[in-house]
Amino acid sequence: MEITLEKTTSAAIARAMVKARIAAGSPAMDMVLTALVITDNETVGEALKTAATLSREHPSRVLGIVLGDGRGAPRVNAKVRVGENSAGESVLLRLSGPLVKHADSVVLPLLLPDSPVVAWWPRNSPTNPSDDAIGRLAQRRLTDAESSNSPIRALKATARHYVPGDTDLTWTRLTPWRAVLAAALDQSSGKVTGGSVEFRPGNPVATLLIAWLESRLRVPITQRRGDKDQISKVVLHMADGDVTIERIDETSCHFSVPGSAPREVPLGRRTLAELLAEDLRRLDADNIYAATVKHLLA
Amino acid sequence: MSLGSNPLRDAQDRRLPRIAGPCSLILFGVTGDLARKKLIPAVYDLANRGLLPPGFALVGFARQDFGHQEFKSLIKKAAKEGARTPWRETVWKQLVAGIRFVPGEFDDDAAWERLGATMHELDEQQGTNGNHAFYLSIPPALFPVVVSQLKKHGLATSDNGWRRVVIEKPFGHDLTSARELNEIVGGVFPPESVFRIDHYLGKETVQNILAFRFANGMFEPIWNGNYVDHVQITMAEDIGIGTRAGYYDGIGAARDVIQNHLLQLMALIAMEEPVSFKASSLRIEKQKILANARPAPRLDFHTAHAQYVAGWAGGEKVVGYLEEQGIPKSSNTETYAAVRIDIATRRWAGVPFYLRTGKRLGRRVTEVAVVFKRAPHQPFSKHDVEELGKNALVMRIQPDEGVTLRFGAKVPGTTMEIRDVLMDFAYGGAFVESSPEAYERLILDVLLGDPPLFPQTEEVELAWEILDPVIEHWSRQKTIDTYTSGTWGPASADEMIARDGRAWRRP
Repeated sequence: MEITLEKTTSAAIARAMVKARIAAGSPAMDMVLTALVITDNETVGEALKTAATLSREHPSRVLGIVLGDGRGAPRVNAKVRVGENSAGESVLLRLSGPLVKHADSVVLPLLLPDSPVVAWWPRNSPTNPSDDAIGRLAQRRLTDAESSNSPIRALKATARHYVPGDTDLTWTRLTPWRAVLAAALDQSSGKVTGGSVEFRPGNPVATLLIAWLESRLRVPITQRRGDKDQISKVVLHMADGDVTIERIDETSCHFSVPGSAPREVPLGRRTLAELLAEDLRRLDADNIYAATVKHLLA
Repeated sequence: MSLGSNPLRDAQDRRLPRIAGPCSLILFGVTGDLARKKLIPAVYDLANRGLLPPGFALVGFARQDFGHQEFKSLIKKAAKEGARTPWRETVWKQLVAGIRFVPGEFDDDAAWERLGATMHELDEQQGTNGNHAFYLSIPPALFPVVVSQLKKHGLATSDNGWRRVVIEKPFGHDLTSARELNEIVGGVFPPESVFRIDHYLGKETVQNILAFRFANGMFEPIWNGNYVDHVQITMAEDIGIGTRAGYYDGIGAARDVIQNHLLQLMALIAMEEPVSFKASSLRIEKQKILANARPAPRLDFHTAHAQYVAGWAGGEKVVGYLEEQGIPKSSNTETYAAVRIDIATRRWAGVPFYLRTGKRLGRRVTEVAVVFKRAPHQPFSKHDVEELGKNALVMRIQPDEGVTLRFGAKVPGTTMEIRDVLMDFAYGGAFVESSPEAYERLILDVLLGDPPLFPQTEEVELAWEILDPVIEHWSRQKTIDTYTSGTWGPASADEMIARDGRAWRRP
């Protein structure tokens, strides 16, 4: 069921949500978190669709927040949607006038009681998410450096303001690479003496990978210039040979460790919904990420 | 290499999946139903979720003489049909590189030499490093020959890697046969290398019983005989025996389900808090319960067994057990079994555990219902609470996984009228995609060598000690009770629980 409200208030939106829920036939709500999606007119459709997919794994109340024109009278327009092929419920809030600076006052009464709040900026992430009006309401703040014009600068800027609970999706994109590299070292013994990562300059995932490898292995990792969109090659030097992971195509890589025959492993891009689902599985602080960004800035 | 020595791994890094070390899974009975429908799809799903090591190998051993290509396409078909996760050609390409087939009879020494050579080749080419798990997806009668051949050809031990053996239920058909089986397997593999699969224990909802009981503060104080009236554990199936006649007849519902699944569930519900979640600590607590659990003293009053007869089940006309294909007309095998178990501990003295299972019952459901005592005093008139039953906490294991709490609430209106209502939590809604198939979890645990979810010899033997007297009592009876297909079991089961002044829940 969908209810459209114009020039409205948080209390009216909350009433509409109860009404829609009862109309959908289920007054019970086993939702596990509130997801705040802070976005603009251009990306709002795609972002809410992603959030709805995510709801299948983490049933949530999704609040889409579009900050409009700051001029004119304060105004809240809302669209409440319950059911319709998604677990959980979603509200699209369009704010304009001075409210653009006080969005938190509209959002606060709409949070699910006593459960985690996650804020996600699909683009134009604030550099200091934990000091953002909406970000302050959330335990987990997800930014996305890749969506900005200068990803590495954006990554470093948010890293400078890191507090527990912040994650840039660049880190989530790195997980499959980290898993493969960890598996490679599971299969070899001895110390890593050095290594290199090959990528096209400006790739934030690769930058973060180097920081992670250096902070874990405590050896310098060199950058090599590549020409592919994705990381094209990672080499770790060891006493008995090299661990090499080299890209074949967009979805797979060659994998070779000293002492066994090389083989192919799948290593592709994941969808935004998959990235967010991974992030929401854990709501506590990610200490390894903290150590990695600390190394990135060092 | 252990987790501690890999600098890229860290206990705090919980994004990195638990990936098994390099190893192979060697499947005996690879052409069987279980392998095709469950094991191969589970292996593909694990690979797709990135949980298998690069270079993981899958070896099939079977009588048929497949060519390698033919065997690979057989595996591909099974994986494609049964997989829970989307099909990805890249994942398959990774998996197929490690697939091998060894044809041969179990008594043919040459075949075992070929298997040994294949394992050696995998160690060299795929880097499995001598780590191999043998999965015996074959009838228990064949265990002795397979296990002794493994030993004879030196495949059961290794200098550099690990060897593990996985066996499926039934773990014998009574205490004596279970002991024999344990001796055969135990004579070749040490206890910590034997993994008995009870796929129920791999279910997320079963593991959640532990989380529910021991992570929450509010349930523990009432989890005892002071507040709990009784417990009902039900595993009902709406289907008949289908094509399993050969296996089922002579085994029956009690051996098939109560001995393993239901007694394990009972142990998880009843056990004291383990000091840690290590396999050994969990096992100690489960064993204490099983060692002190006994069927109610009057077996004629507190057990029931029956066979289904023809009837209408869920809108379909179905035949009775004796008319099923391959069942002798004189069969006395029960398709429904119910027993009352008493647990002699301070926590549970006086709290009966009613266990029931059956085929062709009202619907497919597995659940554990903890039914609480009534409030000692109610300040309402008798009429106000006429419709109020006992409070109950129900763990729904399958389908529709979740937890239900039943309690009384006032019916809206001007009179004080109190009635039972249900409060539901559904895992189905809350954690859909992350709920893996039980076999995935169990196969991964075997490869990781993580044993908490696998029962060991002692638990199996204790469970038979509980059940043997009941089965013996039933075997002395000339006739067997019946129930109409599609109903909730025989009248004798209702009488059995009514003797204690209670009634079965309609699950």
